[in-house]
Amino acid sequence: MRFVDEFRSGELARKLAREIDSLVEPGRIVKIMEVCGGHTHTIYKHGVEDLVPAEVDFVHGPGCPVCVIPMGRVDDAISLAERADVIFTTFGDMLRVPGGRGSLLEAKARGADVRMVYSPLDALEIARRNPDREVVFFAIGFETTAPATAVTLLRARAEGIGNFSAFCNHVTIGPPLRAILESPGLRLDAFIAPGHVSTVIGTRAYDFIVREFARPVVVTAFEPVDILQAVVMILRQLRDGRCEVENQYTRVVRRDGNPRALAAIEETMELRNTFEWRGLGWIEQSALRLRPEFADWDAESRFELPGAQIEDPKVCQCGEVLIGAIKPWECRVFGTACTPERPIGTCMVSSEGACAAYYNYGRLARGRDPVSV
Amino acid sequence: MRPRRPKLRDEVVTLAHGAGGKSTRALVEGLFLEELGNPLLEPLGDSALLELNGVRIAFTTDSYVVAPVFFPGGDIGELAVNGTVNDLAVAGAQPLALSAGFVIEEGFSVADLQRIAASMAKAAAAAGVVIAAGDTKVVERGNADGLYVNTAGVGLVRAGVALGSERVRPGDRVLVSGTLGDHGIAVMVARGGLELEVSLDSDTAPVHELAAALLELGHAVRWMRDPTRGGLATALNELARQANVAVVLDESSLPLRREVVGACEILGIDPLYVANEGKLVAVVAAEVTAAALAALRAHPLGAEAAVVGEVRAEPKGFVLLDTAFGGGRIVDMLVGDPLPRIC
Repeated sequence: MRFVDEFRSGELARKLAREIDSLVEPGRIVKIMEVCGGHTHTIYKHGVEDLVPAEVDFVHGPGCPVCVIPMGRVDDAISLAERADVIFTTFGDMLRVPGGRGSLLEAKARGADVRMVYSPLDALEIARRNPDREVVFFAIGFETTAPATAVTLLRARAEGIGNFSAFCNHVTIGPPLRAILESPGLRLDAFIAPGHVSTVIGTRAYDFIVREFARPVVVTAFEPVDILQAVVMILRQLRDGRCEVENQYTRVVRRDGNPRALAAIEETMELRNTFEWRGLGWIEQSALRLRPEFADWDAESRFELPGAQIEDPKVCQCGEVLIGAIKPWECRVFGTACTPERPIGTCMVSSEGACAAYYNYGRLARGRDPVSV
Repeated sequence: MRPRRPKLRDEVVTLAHGAGGKSTRALVEGLFLEELGNPLLEPLGDSALLELNGVRIAFTTDSYVVAPVFFPGGDIGELAVNGTVNDLAVAGAQPLALSAGFVIEEGFSVADLQRIAASMAKAAAAAGVVIAAGDTKVVERGNADGLYVNTAGVGLVRAGVALGSERVRPGDRVLVSGTLGDHGIAVMVARGGLELEVSLDSDTAPVHELAAALLELGHAVRWMRDPTRGGLATALNELARQANVAVVLDESSLPLRREVVGACEILGIDPLYVANEGKLVAVVAAEVTAAALAALRAHPLGAEAAVVGEVRAEPKGFVLLDTAFGGGRIVDMLVGDPLPRIC
């Protein structure tokens, strides 16, 4: 694992931490939103906050694809899974997400045929092997996972596999960022932009943040050293009075992204007029649906869905956590009524959710002595 | 001293109740202990300790539902013998006799069953135990996924042995007898579907000789466990909670195979939660740390033993990790990750 170890080097981390120390203005808080749940997970898993001064304040953004799926869509998924003719396939982290009437894991325990897959292509393989059953794939995620769904749909069409369909819940990263930037009382100084999604959409997708909202952006990879380096790059921009989209993840991300992946999405999917985001509400042109040409592989056309809108529980403050208005532990039910084993809000479900990451890894005061073994 | 029991609030049993984490605890303590609780069961150790006419007997049982039944480095039969031997060994007992119960699916290959029985005989001989009682049941096709095996075992607790979470003190050190997570990852890879090209064997092995070697150090050995389902993290969380102490691990000291680290990165799981089937974790007094490490390393199964952490007074009930990166974090109980059946 040399490739990973280099990006987890304690020595390199200390060097970057010293540089961050020299760049902050004592007492001036810099609020940096890490958009992606993967970054939130890294920050807590490796204890990155222990290495930066109090002036650097990480605000956890809306980029956890599991966390933003509204309860009504989970109920739609459960209603599909409960059909006797359906094998319902999903990524593992959607299994425990609560809808209005329980989770997919509970539906499975009651008898629904719910199977965990690592890729939509695995779901297509299940469809090939079970020609007498309908195999539905719960397609979730940003532009990161949408190309895999797109490729699977193209393959299903090419091979004439008629018993496969996707329940499309893919979302796009730009519109929720705009919604956050336009929200009243916003106090963010800069963005750590997601690495994986940028491999598809490129760094140019963030130009509007710089142009219209004058906030520096650094597209960043997922190892802890990457995050510290991104903080250095942001602090330098602020010190120099610059405001640019910079690319820390040059080992993978290009300015124009991945044209082939974008073309596959374009061929199979189109923007929805509007889509409900858990905690953020309805955001225009923020999600994808299958194009009419793919209606035969679209679970929303092929099956009748309840399509009910379900309000988030009143006590849940996921929406405020998702826009960075409050910290996870400031939510009124954090760690009491809402825990990873009994989540009320989605931020507590996925290990990439800000609340779960904080609950699992971070909920203790800092300043321990290091262990000696 | 035991903290409040968790309530079981679910209406049906889900796979999360079998994953070894918080949901399992809720099922065991919130339902089974409520109904069946008694002083022998209450400590929820690897074995119960019975005193019969002045002789202390360790008594335990475990069921094995691993799929596939043959995996790199072992099979369900060997696993069932070693698992119960290990539960007795870490209770400070010399394993004596086992029972074996087989639930077999109609259509299961007789040749495979023979192979599994032979492998059990070999494992029993290696661990110095006899399989003294048995039972077989056959169920209709579609049930039992081929074969389930249950083993129970009894062992004689050595004179003078005193192990228990109540004996653990701040300042004590935590040792493991070798690399972590080998069994769980080997089985996950063997289940296929991931197309990972990993060459890794399960670590299934009897740890009774390792345990006996440590017990030579007397009362300085405080506590031992067999970190199976739920991994090292779960075993240490149970210790932290029962002993009302903190356990702090040092990430850079954890013995991990490259293959396990790599597979865990890809699967998004933490090797601290992955099952071991031939390892023990021990807490010893600080002054015998070097002797304990030497005792483990003197045995072939303990060649990669390591000191991985220490016990602290605060924060009570927590397991913490100092990351190699220079930060710190909590290592919590596993929350129902739907991992495949591995033991």
